[in-house]
Amino acid sequence: MRKVAIYGKGGIGKSTTTQNTVAGLAEMGMKVMVVGCDPKADSTRLLLGGLQQKTVLDTLREEGEEVELEDIIKEGYRQTRCTESGGPEPGVGCAGRGIITSVNLLEQLGAYDEEWDLDYVFYDVLGDVVCGGFAMPIRDGKAEEIYIVCSGEMMAMYAANNICKGILKYADAGGVRLGGLICNSRKVDNEREMIEELARRIGTQMIHFVPRDNFVQRAEINRKTVIDYDPTHGQADEYRALARKIHENKMFVIPKPLEIEELESLLIDFGIAN
Amino acid sequence: MLLRHTTKEVKEREGLTINPAKTCQPIGAMYAALGIHGCLPHSHGSQGCCSYHRSTLTRHYKEPVMAATSSFTEGASVFGGQANLLTAIETIFSVYNPDIIAVHSTCLSETIGDDLQQITKKAKDDGKIPEGKHIIYASTPSFVGSHVTGYANMVAGIADQFAVSTGEKKNQINIIAGWMEPSDMREIKRLSTELGVKIVLFPDTSDVLDAPQTGKHEFYPKGGTTVEELKSIGDSTHSLALGCISAEPAAIALEKRCKVPFETLDMPIGISATDRFIMALSQAAGVTVPDEITADRGRLVDIIADMEQYFFGKKVALFGDPDQLIPLTEFLLDLNMKPVHIVSGTPGQRFEKRMKEILVRAPYANFKNGLGADMFLLHQWIKNEPVDLLIGNTYGKYIARDEDIPFIRYGFPIIDRIGHSYFPSVGYTGGMRLVEKILGALMDRQDRDALEEKFELVM
Repeated sequence: MRKVAIYGKGGIGKSTTTQNTVAGLAEMGMKVMVVGCDPKADSTRLLLGGLQQKTVLDTLREEGEEVELEDIIKEGYRQTRCTESGGPEPGVGCAGRGIITSVNLLEQLGAYDEEWDLDYVFYDVLGDVVCGGFAMPIRDGKAEEIYIVCSGEMMAMYAANNICKGILKYADAGGVRLGGLICNSRKVDNEREMIEELARRIGTQMIHFVPRDNFVQRAEINRKTVIDYDPTHGQADEYRALARKIHENKMFVIPKPLEIEELESLLIDFGIAN
Repeated sequence: MLLRHTTKEVKEREGLTINPAKTCQPIGAMYAALGIHGCLPHSHGSQGCCSYHRSTLTRHYKEPVMAATSSFTEGASVFGGQANLLTAIETIFSVYNPDIIAVHSTCLSETIGDDLQQITKKAKDDGKIPEGKHIIYASTPSFVGSHVTGYANMVAGIADQFAVSTGEKKNQINIIAGWMEPSDMREIKRLSTELGVKIVLFPDTSDVLDAPQTGKHEFYPKGGTTVEELKSIGDSTHSLALGCISAEPAAIALEKRCKVPFETLDMPIGISATDRFIMALSQAAGVTVPDEITADRGRLVDIIADMEQYFFGKKVALFGDPDQLIPLTEFLLDLNMKPVHIVSGTPGQRFEKRMKEILVRAPYANFKNGLGADMFLLHQWIKNEPVDLLIGNTYGKYIARDEDIPFIRYGFPIIDRIGHSYFPSVGYTGGMRLVEKILGALMDRQDRDALEEKFELVM
């Protein structure tokens, strides 16, 4: 079982990319579980067809310790197993602690056990690695490979670099490795070249360049992944390509985060300055 | 040799504290809250915090200390503790029926960002506080400051959340007690009565934590500053804050809220600090100092003069809390003793500055507070420059035993002797008690060690 975590700046399209990629892997016959680590609990919407399910933490709060696995895991597109960690309302409590609690609970309940015959677990984590809780999926051998979704925008690259610092921290102890950057295009000038260069300097690869296409939005409005909504569309092939590249990926590195000056000079060399 | 691993060589340490000379904020908040009549302290956090603080206070006072807890679970840590606290408030008022609940936070509730102001306001808005009952709060994260900070925060909360300004001044003076024993608070009240000054002392743990055995258990003993008194502090003419660390924040809060002018004094321990307190109080109230107080002072001076030879030049190591250490160091210097090593785990530049002023008379002294100022360091200093006397809380007994030093228990906590609850160390009579204890310890040692031909009958 490969354990994958998807990180990236808030709003960059982590959940969309994750679910579309998971659909690609499922289509290849892989058995995948998706663990949404976002208090908004919207990481599995496209796989479940919009079905709002009870989150792990809601269940824990209501049922106490007597939680059953069936209560918190639902089957979605092509038997993907979907669960949402959930969390407190905005502005109260501790979402980071929530992720720690729910990931531990999923383990205790045997969500990753052999009986489920899983090929992949995907952790879809909210935003940046802002505190220890959001690093939970990369701590002590939970996720083993990380993909960072980014674009050619400054803040997205800055966030990607920051996430690398988080990975670096746990790389020695937990064995987590960076598998690559996924460029979710925003149609920034020289975007592909810039992200390829960023990946090179961090010591990794740009595993795939996902072009921008409004069709993704259309599928989302219909609560479906692109592959599910229209398997013949060109954008579906992009996600299939990304799924295959991840499946065949052999490049797992300890990232070398850049200093902020170096990151800025990269933008000047490739970005707006040209 | 329980501390046999303590080395003589003092090495620079950055990341390690060994046997800290301080404890958690909430314990101070809990103690301060007990100085309000009919108040149940409430710890907003997990159960362990509350039970540790209760048990330490109980061990120190040998009295049952009551306090409630929000009993955080994993769920409360994730979703916030509001639901727990609101339920606790209902349960407490229906089952334990206090007049006041004084809520303090803990490391956990602070870290997850629970806002006590917002939650207590919601409790009021939702009608969970019965008519005539009150709820107050203080923020007390233990990763900041020390137990003294927690005390100061709760006392400031008391001042800020009770005081009312009616616009009509009352002929009374607020005395804000720094962290002192119930016996000390009783002595402050006695001195004020002798001076003929009407005061409101808060907090006031006398008749709460030194309550007499009557054969009947009172869940809320008769002592403690009442709500009526606390409401009136906004109309007092002055405030005197006894202790720049533990009492002054309340005086500042009260000045901001109700424009009551204040003066900060050292806690009245020893002659000089008591002189300043008596003068400040008599001036603020416009009264003359009665002969009885002058006579108390005279008796203390007489003992010191008679026993001068035993004090002179004796080296003392002391540790504890800032507001006690400041006047105590000054008193030791007044006794012609030499305070050579002084340690307090409570951080703060205010303390450092005041100590430097006092230690001008003792340029030889080693003094450190805050980070790295622990009992291990004190022990190392003692190994390098031995002392004739150690003064501090119960935890000093390990150093005293290993180094064979006469030891006086003073400060918080004292969990292996009694007396602190009953005999004051403030004021002139408190000074007499300190002098008696110091002399007793030094003379017992002299008797123990004297050669047969030098064994004195008269001392």
